[in-house]
Amino acid sequence: MRSTALRRRWSPPPLIANPWLRRALITGAAIYLALALASLEINWQRVAEGLPRAVRFLAAFVPPDFVSRWGDIAEGLLESLTMTLTSTVVGIAIAIPIGVGAARNVAPTWIYLVCRSIIAASRSFQEIIVAIVLVALVGFGPLAGFLTLSFATIGFLSKLLAEDIEAIEPTAAEAVRATGASFLQWINYGIQPQVMPRLIGLSLYRLDINFRESAVIGIVGAGGIGATLNTAIDRYEFDSAAAVLFLIIGIVMLAEYSSSWIRRKVQ
Amino acid sequence: MPISHTEAGPVWQRRESRIEIARFAGWLALVAFFLFCFEVMTRDTIWTFLWDAHLQAADLGARMFPPRWSYIDQLWWPLWETLNIATLGTILAIGFGVPIAFLAARNTTPSAALVRPVALFIIVSSRSINSLIWALLLVSIIGPGALAGIIAISLRSIGFVSKLLYEAIEEIDQTQVEAVTATGASPGQVLAYGIWPQIRPAFAGISVFRWDINIRESTVLGLVGAGGIGLQMQASLNVLAWPQVTLIFLAILLTVVLSEWVSAKVRHAFI
Repeated sequence: MRSTALRRRWSPPPLIANPWLRRALITGAAIYLALALASLEINWQRVAEGLPRAVRFLAAFVPPDFVSRWGDIAEGLLESLTMTLTSTVVGIAIAIPIGVGAARNVAPTWIYLVCRSIIAASRSFQEIIVAIVLVALVGFGPLAGFLTLSFATIGFLSKLLAEDIEAIEPTAAEAVRATGASFLQWINYGIQPQVMPRLIGLSLYRLDINFRESAVIGIVGAGGIGATLNTAIDRYEFDSAAAVLFLIIGIVMLAEYSSSWIRRKVQ
Repeated sequence: MPISHTEAGPVWQRRESRIEIARFAGWLALVAFFLFCFEVMTRDTIWTFLWDAHLQAADLGARMFPPRWSYIDQLWWPLWETLNIATLGTILAIGFGVPIAFLAARNTTPSAALVRPVALFIIVSSRSINSLIWALLLVSIIGPGALAGIIAISLRSIGFVSKLLYEAIEEIDQTQVEAVTATGASPGQVLAYGIWPQIRPAFAGISVFRWDINIRESTVLGLVGAGGIGLQMQASLNVLAWPQVTLIFLAILLTVVLSEWVSAKVRHAFI
């Protein structure tokens, strides 16, 4: 008995304990992969044709061409940056009351339900789809982008704010209430100080996201650097496109480092 | 404690007057800057388009409803393609992202001075550029189709997967790794028995979470020609076939909700 036990090799326990379920899942995954790969229609000739273009694209990165389209790039960048800032500010301003209303420990049930459905509506539509509809409604340009990003910010920020308010230390809020504070005083002195550090962090994070998104919604006509990039790629001006990409990466990196620095300061 | 003395007696204040004024100035500056930015942004805006937006909305609403249900027959294949783009893209991203995560984590990187900065740069560039922009580039390079979508999705996801995974690797319990090393295990065995079991829940969570996001993103990749249901959306938008667009929006919404549900279930099972 002992010798057979010794001869067996030890192996780590599998992720899914039930062997039948495990085999079924593996088989299912294999069948799915086979089907997915089989249904992929790849035009290898077109891909081969594209390879020199890929080389040209990569070559365009050294050095990128900031100069020849600088007017367009500067305008797109300005639109993106102003759009990012204004939409974040408006989004936060609207998101705070909704976030407070969507916290179960603060709001009465009917306000809670209304605010939660606003959040659900804002979160389930992607920026691009909202941008398509808004461009149809208010016309081309950064105003549509501004509205899109504000709308998206509301859902994101009020959901996280509501979760944060629901997780506060209730004793501090209760103490403020016990002094006979009004509702607004209660929010201002009992709850706001507890959620402020995280709210600042989330706002900065959303600023970062909004800039990235502002580079995308230009593709459907909502202004910003994305429109410039789209034009550059459509004209096969890869060196200008590379310049735009470098600028986006640079600004995102800058935003990320400075926001993590500020977050460390306030938290 | 800051107290202001008035004729009626001392009144408690939250902050010193000086700090209060400084904060007020800060807020004022922010509001001014916001208004300035708004002014710059809307320089070229034609406001008449905004003022009749409610009429446009009513008009669009009338055009969009009811959805053209019969169009659904032409959506099954694009939906299947969307699912494939997201899934294959995620698998590809995991394939590239996991090694990069190990190169970027402080405790597993072969060289903190040389390899780690390169890995971090790859992560940041991949994360800064949205998959739609990657798709735009790839469509112009390798041509329209699902392949461009898959590569675009994976290029964007590599950064996401590696960033979250390398943070998980940096947080592992080093004593277990030491214990495995002390038995005389090879580096590969240390990886498989000392590190991998510790990051496996994080890995499963990250992969499924990214898959969920990728489903969302792959539904619109077709706008730039990279396959999936977005192609149908673009075609319908171009001919202003709004009842079809409504149906596509509904299909996308349903897919996204479904994928979110699946991902929540799977994450719940693993973590």
